[in-house]
Amino acid sequence: MHNTLIKTAAVLLALSATVCASAQQRGAQEEQPDFAPTPQEVNNMKAPVLEDYFTTVYPAKAKGKVSVAPTAPDSRGFIRRWSLLEPIPMPDIRSNAIFTDSYLREEFGIDRYPMQRSLVPYDGQKVKLDKKTSLSWHCLDSKRYNVKLYRLATGLGLHPTEALYHAVTVVIADRDMTVRMAVGSNSASMWWVNEEEALLLSGDRRMVVDDCVSRKITLHAGKNIIRGAVINGPGMSDFCLRFLDLDGKPVTDLKVSNE
Amino acid sequence: MKIKNMLMAATVTAAFCLSASAQITGDIYIHDPSTIVKCDGKYYTFGTGGGGIWSEDGYTWHSGAVRPGGGVAPDVIKIGDRYLISYSSGFPGTEGLTKGNIINMWNKTLDPQSKDFAFSKAMLVGWAGADDDCWAIDPAFLLGPDGRLWCTYGTYFGAIRIIELDPETGDRKPGNKPVDVAIDCEATAMMYRNGWYYLLATHGTCCDGTNSTYNIVVGRSRNPQGPYLDNIGRDMLEGGGKMVLSAGNRVTGPGHFGQTIEAEGCEKMSCHFEADYDRSGRFVLGILPLLWKNDWPVAGDPFKEGTFEIESQRRGYALELTVDFIRSAGGMFGFGRQGGDNVVLENQKLEDVIGGWPEGNIEVRCSDYMFRPHQRWTVTAVPEYGGYLGQPYYKITIEGTDRALAAAEDDELTTVPAFTGASEQLWRIDQLVDGTFRIMPKSAPGHEGEEYVLKTTGDSTVALGRYDFNDDNCKWDFRDR
Repeated sequence: MHNTLIKTAAVLLALSATVCASAQQRGAQEEQPDFAPTPQEVNNMKAPVLEDYFTTVYPAKAKGKVSVAPTAPDSRGFIRRWSLLEPIPMPDIRSNAIFTDSYLREEFGIDRYPMQRSLVPYDGQKVKLDKKTSLSWHCLDSKRYNVKLYRLATGLGLHPTEALYHAVTVVIADRDMTVRMAVGSNSASMWWVNEEEALLLSGDRRMVVDDCVSRKITLHAGKNIIRGAVINGPGMSDFCLRFLDLDGKPVTDLKVSNE
Repeated sequence: MKIKNMLMAATVTAAFCLSASAQITGDIYIHDPSTIVKCDGKYYTFGTGGGGIWSEDGYTWHSGAVRPGGGVAPDVIKIGDRYLISYSSGFPGTEGLTKGNIINMWNKTLDPQSKDFAFSKAMLVGWAGADDDCWAIDPAFLLGPDGRLWCTYGTYFGAIRIIELDPETGDRKPGNKPVDVAIDCEATAMMYRNGWYYLLATHGTCCDGTNSTYNIVVGRSRNPQGPYLDNIGRDMLEGGGKMVLSAGNRVTGPGHFGQTIEAEGCEKMSCHFEADYDRSGRFVLGILPLLWKNDWPVAGDPFKEGTFEIESQRRGYALELTVDFIRSAGGMFGFGRQGGDNVVLENQKLEDVIGGWPEGNIEVRCSDYMFRPHQRWTVTAVPEYGGYLGQPYYKITIEGTDRALAAAEDDELTTVPAFTGASEQLWRIDQLVDGTFRIMPKSAPGHEGEEYVLKTTGDSTVALGRYDFNDDNCKWDFRDR
């Protein structure tokens, strides 16, 4: 998400001050609500839940003992099946202006839990950040082309901002394929294919389809592990990822698994 | 010391030439400006926090425009003989329920000195729920060609939405539901042209001064409710957008687009810049030409002073003094004399020819451009004589002299021996939507208040005539060659 902190503060100040101020300014007549939200509309303003954005892949408490058939990318090649780690708190991020290449390489280079660079987690698997903090992985299918990390957090009742999100998926190719990986993320992110760095999206960045596209990479016949880290300060977080062929067309003849 | 002073002067001059906001003057410090709207001959724009700025000529701006309600990022549109103003603020009865409200009100005039100046009761026309994937701020209007009134709003938090309003009441159309049209942007605006609806949006980082990456992008649709696609077919709901304006010319962070049409083919875009390097990095109002290329809007650059050929779009001939053509040294290099070392020939110099020019007024015409002194025009801003929407007036003089182009009686043109600042010698230079320019005197004798411009009457003749965007006789280009 962009650096809305200052503007957000300004907006909040302006909004809080204006109801009283408005009637005092020259030319204003007394304001009375004549088109306030109706009770039905208020009811419709219920907080979004996880199910609005994701479906679960595995039965509850399967703990990796249940296998689920792979899915496919959507018709435009977007990978929707992901294992997502609950947000790692990054409370010191006050502004996304800090997301320089150097900062990101340093932060993404930190091992925050065991096997961070090789783990293909099962649904519900926990990892320990420290003696007091453990986080769970959630194997989910996104209902949209993009993966709304902010809503993953709010859906789980977790703080959604000032956070580092980890994502893992397994892409299965039926042959060796030379492709490019296309990613958009909000905000900065880094992506690895079979543990090799493929993309770094630096800066105060918004999610744009095909924002950054990797150099040519090879998806090997069989399983390929895709790993991502998305970091954000204030605002919403999400990402979208797909593979493009060398003509820039989406690759759809893949299988996608959490296993 | 002298050299240092010269360098400093050159730096100041360069800054003037380059800074987009320096093209206007006065109290131009505004954030999130509304579309610039004209009322009773004056220009108005309103910003975040209440109030706004106004200008009699569009060049010198003053504080003092009045908008109650405070809040953020208003917009204004003239509908019939009234003005509809929208802004985002708190609203009684919505506390805790909504995250941003879109509030509209009417006024018969924008002039706070007018006896008719009175804002109507505020109307709540849109909002976002407290947990919604939207934040209802930054409203913007479009009155479509079919008379339907639209309003977009939203910020980076979730979606940009569009609602339909009743142009008679300014209130929400009964039963209308918001439609998502974009994500990951804010400060939207809309335009309509040639069957296309355009959604302008601001991407990038706001409110970080010289480091703000705010930029204005656009997508277009045949339907006001979208989908809005960019030039590579990417939906703005997927973050798409084609660049209209980003940082440059010593200003950063353009945002909050507004379109102002001065005449057919003469359009301006307004915005704020997050930081003006020539004004302590403060945020400022910006006004630039709005160009259209292949039905896509593009911001023009601030007009840069310099010495140019002024080329007619009718045939491509150049504006020149009506004086003798003096042959340059050289001449035909005979076919039998090819070979040998090349030598550099000098351009014809002013001092080589000026002695043969009359001392009084000299008429002008058009002819083949030969980069001769009588065809080289120096265009210099003269801000001490005021300006027009977005720019100061200019004087147009023969390079190296004070001989100035001037409007004359009977729709004729002339040059006077010395620039005096008379209104006939002050030129308004507007870049038109196709990238060409119209050149219009502040005052054409006998046509005060009319749009009379430099106009070719034949390939080689030029006079003043009524502006017509669809007539190449009215269009010129400034070429440095």
